[in-house]
Amino acid sequence: MDQLLYSAEVVLNGLMTGVMYALVALGFVLIFKASGVFNYAQGVMCLFAALTLVGIMNGQVPFAPLLSAITGNRIGTFGFTVPAALAVLLTAVVMVGLAWLINMLILRHLVNQAPIILFMATIGLAYFLEGLGDVMWGADVKVLDVGIPQGISESVEAWTHAVFGYGFFIDRLDIVAAVVATLLVAALVMFSQYTRQGRAMRAVADDHQAALSVGISLRFIWVLVWSIAGFVALVAGIMWGAKSGVQFSLSLIALKALPVLMLGGFTSIPGAIVGGLIIGVGEKLFEFWVGQLVGGATETWFAYVLALVFLVFRPQGLFGERIIERV
Amino acid sequence: MNLAETAPAPEGHVTPDGRRIGGVLMEMRNITLRFGGVVAIKDISFDIREGEIRAIIGPNGAGKSSMLNVISGFYVPQEGEVWFRGQRRGPMKPYEVARLGIARTFQNIALFDGMSVLDNIMTGRLTMMKASMLEQALWWGRAEREEVAHREQVEKIIDFLEIQAIRKTPVGRLPYGLKKRVELARALAAEPKLLLLDEPMAGMNVEEKEDMSRFILDVNDEFGTTIALIEHDMGVVMDLSDRVVVMDYGRKIGDGTPAEVRSNQAVIDAYLGVAHE
Repeated sequence: MDQLLYSAEVVLNGLMTGVMYALVALGFVLIFKASGVFNYAQGVMCLFAALTLVGIMNGQVPFAPLLSAITGNRIGTFGFTVPAALAVLLTAVVMVGLAWLINMLILRHLVNQAPIILFMATIGLAYFLEGLGDVMWGADVKVLDVGIPQGISESVEAWTHAVFGYGFFIDRLDIVAAVVATLLVAALVMFSQYTRQGRAMRAVADDHQAALSVGISLRFIWVLVWSIAGFVALVAGIMWGAKSGVQFSLSLIALKALPVLMLGGFTSIPGAIVGGLIIGVGEKLFEFWVGQLVGGATETWFAYVLALVFLVFRPQGLFGERIIERV
Repeated sequence: MNLAETAPAPEGHVTPDGRRIGGVLMEMRNITLRFGGVVAIKDISFDIREGEIRAIIGPNGAGKSSMLNVISGFYVPQEGEVWFRGQRRGPMKPYEVARLGIARTFQNIALFDGMSVLDNIMTGRLTMMKASMLEQALWWGRAEREEVAHREQVEKIIDFLEIQAIRKTPVGRLPYGLKKRVELARALAAEPKLLLLDEPMAGMNVEEKEDMSRFILDVNDEFGTTIALIEHDMGVVMDLSDRVVVMDYGRKIGDGTPAEVRSNQAVIDAYLGVAHE
């Protein structure tokens, strides 16, 4: 009985972690679907969004070290702080601006190029953004506090203790993340199914030429998609930043999104969610059951091995489009 | 650009079968299109009148598809002027041309395979929708009225082209002939002033060709849509069209009614082949 309850707790925690993975994977799927570009910079976009958010909240002057060096005066902060809600809004605006710039400066010039070229461009973008974030906001580890409750949720513990005689340990941050992710996905689905822009987005994802012929501007749709991906990156950046602080290793969460995508399929939004959940639960359960037999630390590699297995037996992922080669 | 210049004076006549042909809708003036050193279209001029079915024919590689791509904005010619509804059209992106009221189909079918037939046809009306993003997402205000009105129009087109049964089918699963029909439906959904058909009957069997010919004639007849089409099947072209442009090696070698074109020596030479000296 105890063993079962422990497992249930592990599964729950796995689901919560999975939601966090799914949040990052979502951004990849959005851009890949609409433009066929695998955006290597998605992880760095999360980092950049989180950095910008913290910077705005603390009233930090952008490029402060650079400006100080040039003017000779010490410039640090504006001397005021910005409320979290307003700061999130401002950061969203920055991410939209970034999407527009990426389109104007990079993607526009690479129309009709092979996917590998666009992929290389996003690698360049990733390193550029990382550097830009560094120069703009400084390289120190920052604390992100937008008022999301943290720590063990006592109500869940009390409730499960009363029912099962064993209190579950669930982080309140994880609960908030799950709720936010659910809302975000619902909004995305509503947008892509019911709005004109959403329909245009699906059309562009399917066939560029046909989309042009019915009067859809590719450039507008790309800016739109990158903006949405930027917003998703902001949400993921907030959650991860609140959990483990805003630092440059934040951009590495993109690596955890890769196995999620291989499981769920690169073109499916539900796939990103389900893939994230499977990997979250899978790695926690594996650690719980098998980890102790092999000396632990299975969480670092389990996701990638699972992705490898999928690559061999189902390369399109669970929900991806079947690749049918006509001969 | 000379602003004083105007399109030819509108004039009209009625065809023997009772359709009204109006003034000039579109005029191509001295169009030249080059790809590097290759001249795809050389100094071609012709016009398309309101309400008529205009065909562009010619042997393989004559530049027909290039011409259609110039009209729909996919290619921008190096020389010449394109006039539409009495105004000179500057260089435009294909989506801007589409918004002017020029819809098209493609030789190799360009549909949204992952979307249903209905959704595909609805994309034809995207540029006409006015409700804001928020209204649409929440299905609120103008959004509902608009969607219903557009759906009604689309259903009419679906009935008209007899594709009711496949309304909800993903397009990727349809056979070739039906895909061509869905593509025509999507173009019609935009209520175009000018409809461009790039080989609407390529690869079809006789029965499918007859169906498609009937639809093209009915569209022209019922909605009064002006149609410009490219076709290989000479029999079909001669039956369908009011006037024909004949192209060969990027040049115009004939222009007139099917009867005139058929008796044109240059056209006969181009099609049957003749020893060049």
